[in-house]
Amino acid sequence: MDIKIKITDREGILHEVEAPTDMNMNLMEVVRSYELAPEGTIGICGGMAMCASCQCYIRSGHELPEKSDDEEAMLAEAFNVEESSRLGCQIPISPELEGLEVELAPEEL
Amino acid sequence: MIKTDILIIGAGPVGLFAVFEAGLLKLKCHLIDALPQPGGQCAEIYPKKPIYDIPGFPEILAGDLVDNLMEQIKPFQPGFTLGERADTIEKREDGSFVVTTNKGTKHHAPIVAIAGGLGSFEPRKPQLQYLSKYEDNGVTYIIRDPEVYRDKKVLIAGGGDSALDWSIFLADVAKEITLVHRRNEFRGALDSVEKVQELKNKGIINLITPAEVVSLEGNGVLEAVYVRKNNNPREDMRIEVDNFVPLFGLSPKLGPIADWGLEIEKNAIKVDNALDYQTNIPGIYAIGDVNTYPGKLKLILCGFHEATLMCQSAYQRIFPDKKYVMKYTTVGGVEGFDGSKKEAPKAVVKAIE
Repeated sequence: MDIKIKITDREGILHEVEAPTDMNMNLMEVVRSYELAPEGTIGICGGMAMCASCQCYIRSGHELPEKSDDEEAMLAEAFNVEESSRLGCQIPISPELEGLEVELAPEEL
Repeated sequence: MIKTDILIIGAGPVGLFAVFEAGLLKLKCHLIDALPQPGGQCAEIYPKKPIYDIPGFPEILAGDLVDNLMEQIKPFQPGFTLGERADTIEKREDGSFVVTTNKGTKHHAPIVAIAGGLGSFEPRKPQLQYLSKYEDNGVTYIIRDPEVYRDKKVLIAGGGDSALDWSIFLADVAKEITLVHRRNEFRGALDSVEKVQELKNKGIINLITPAEVVSLEGNGVLEAVYVRKNNNPREDMRIEVDNFVPLFGLSPKLGPIADWGLEIEKNAIKVDNALDYQTNIPGIYAIGDVNTYPGKLKLILCGFHEATLMCQSAYQRIFPDKKYVMKYTTVGGVEGFDGSKKEAPKAVVKAIE
C-alpha cells in the first residue's frame, strides 16, 4: 500500500509523493528515491542516525515513533534544530503516516 | 618522494581490498587517508555495527572487516600515508602522476585509484559569526598537541566521546577547563561519562548544560565566548578563554579531489563501468562509494568487484605488452612480497594396501 506525503525541499518547493509502506523504507530513503535533495547531501551515513543530513521538520500533527537515544544524541549536535526536528532515516513509512507533511532542514555546510 | 605502482586514495575497505588484487598481479600499493587509521567509515563511524551483506559472512562487525582486510593484505606490504589529505595531482610527461598531500608528502605512481568513499572527513563546524576569523587564533577543531593548552583557559563544546575524553585529558593540563553541551546527557563510553561527573563534582571541570556557545569575542585572537544556557538569552554568560575547541564530529567532504579535472556527477566521480572504472583522465580510476555510473550501488561488495577489475586494467596499462590471464588463488596461491607463500595443500598420493 502506498501513502501520500508532502515534502518541502530545501529550495522551498512542495512535492506530493507516494511512498510504499511495504518496502521497509524510511523518510530519508523516500526523499532520495524522488531525488528531492542532491545525492551526497542527504543520507550520508546511510541511515544510522550518525549524521544529520536527513534532518527534517515535521509540519503536520502526526504521531511519530519516539526518538531513540541515538537520534536524540545526534539532534543534540546537529545545527538548525527546531522543536519539530526529526531525522528522516529514523521514521519508517507506515500507513499511519498518510498525509504527513515535512520540510527538509537546510544542508549543513 | 614515495614511489609505488598503484597509489590508492582512501584506506577504506575497497581501497584495502585493491591492495590484495594488485598484489596478486605483483603490483605494489601505497594508500593515503585523511584519517589517522585505516578502515575509512568502517573504522571511524561504525566499527561496532554489524554488516550482513559481505558474501560469505552472515554477520561481521565493520571493525572486524577492516581487521580481516588488513590481515589479508599484509603479505603485500602496502605503504600508508595516514592523517594526510590528498590535495593536488600533477601529470608528468611520461603519463605518471604525482599526488601531494596537505602536509606536502609527495607520491609518485603510474596509476592513481581514488577509493575516497564520501570524501575526506572534515570537522563539523558550529554556525557562529566570525568563526573563520578566529580559526587558528584560538579556535581549533582537532587537538593535535595537548601541550599547546598547558596553563590555558580552554572551553570544549560537544557531547560525544572526543569532547568527554579531551575534557578529562586537559583537566590535568589546562588552567581552566569548561565543557559545554546542548543536553544534560552525553553519548560516550560509560567510564568517560563517570570520570567527567567525578571531575565536575571536584570542581575541576566546569560543566555547563544544557547550553551552547552563541558568539565569540576578541581583538584578532579569541578572548572570550558567550554561552547561552537553557536557550534563554537572559542566562547568557561571558567566559574568558584562550581556546575554544568545538568537537562536533566529522562529516565527509569530496574536498580537493573535486578540482582535479575529473567529471563529477551527483557529488561522485563518473567512471566507465562497462570496462574498468577509469575516469575521464586515463590512468586515474575511481572505485567504491566515490564513483558513479548507471545503476551504481554504494555497497562494499560492489566496491570489491570494482577494485578487482581496476587492478586488471591497471596491470595492462603498466605492462601493455605483457600477456596475462587471471589466476585463481586456489590454483596459484598467494605469494607475498614479504617472501610468504600461501597455497592449497597438495593432495596425498598414496596406495591403499
